[in-house]
Amino acid sequence: MHRVNTIIKVDDRENTQQHGQKKLTDLEKHLLNDFQHNLPFVSRPFSEIAKQLGSSEDVVIDTLNNLKEKGFISRVGAVFRANSIGASTLAAMAVPMGELENIAAMVSSYSEVNHNYQREHHFNLWFVVTASDEEALNNILYDIECRSGHPVMSLPMLEDYHIDLGFDLGMDFKHREESGV
Amino acid sequence: MKVNRLPYLSESILSSEDKFDEQDQALIMLIQMGLPISSTPYSDLGKKLAMDENEVLERLKRLSQLNIIKRFGVVVRHHELGYRANAMVVWNIPDKNISKLGLCLGQFDFITLCYRRPRRPPEWPYNLFTMIHGQNRDTVLDNIQFLIKCCGLKKVEYEVLFSTRRFKQRGAIYHKVRAS
Repeated sequence: MHRVNTIIKVDDRENTQQHGQKKLTDLEKHLLNDFQHNLPFVSRPFSEIAKQLGSSEDVVIDTLNNLKEKGFISRVGAVFRANSIGASTLAAMAVPMGELENIAAMVSSYSEVNHNYQREHHFNLWFVVTASDEEALNNILYDIECRSGHPVMSLPMLEDYHIDLGFDLGMDFKHREESGV
Repeated sequence: MKVNRLPYLSESILSSEDKFDEQDQALIMLIQMGLPISSTPYSDLGKKLAMDENEVLERLKRLSQLNIIKRFGVVVRHHELGYRANAMVVWNIPDKNISKLGLCLGQFDFITLCYRRPRRPPEWPYNLFTMIHGQNRDTVLDNIQFLIKCCGLKKVEYEVLFSTRRFKQRGAIYHKVRAS
């Protein structure tokens, strides 16, 4: 599988937000960037990764746990294809600014809502609902309509065109050679 | 207050032979919060399911091959890593061209999602959704121009919906798993 690497990536390092990355070690950068889609399916995957990075299993495990604690990674594991298990949809609402705070909090309170964002548009509240099946999903959407008094526009995924190999963080490796990669 | 009901639709694209069994379901339920970051994570997972390590691995490989698992690895948080700008770019693409253009857009590394979704006329004419993360707004806007040029989208109507506030973000949690 090939991917197009972009020309415009980390083009303005001085004033862009590299804050999060600045303090990272090369090992951390490699762990964040290089293993988003290919965690080895072997008995000791972190030992395998350590070999590739010239590190040790213990250090890799400690570093990953630390990155997780810091909130740089949400988990190590599976990203499921939308709608391959259960039912999900992207929902949008046009909410008056004065009501946004309350309605957003109400929407977020559903455990079935996993993403909830304000966006710059007439449709200003966007959230993803994932439920066990179609009926449960529709019940939640209807519930949100009733409680908010505003219609919910449901936009379920119909086709996925994305090659998901994770996200290239455009990391700047200072010591690529030395880290054995 | 009058609430306009809009049609809900959610289509499954899995065929019947792709369905998974109860053991797969149990594994999916357990793994959705992430793999234990330990020396032998697959074996540790298996212990909770009375499954040996080999079976866990075989099942995960199969779920990956079926593309039920899209990818397996480190899931990063863009915002925390300095990618502060996030835009959902929505395009109104003629139906006959959507697969071609969708596949064109879906191959760029700064795009994290590229989905066809239904139009909801009259208020929502857009049928292709791309998610773009960038370090700032200008990077995202430059990347959009780059996409327009590369995929020949000059005549396509689009809108850029920057996110201004994140109320909630986490992986999906399936309370009950069922093959669709």
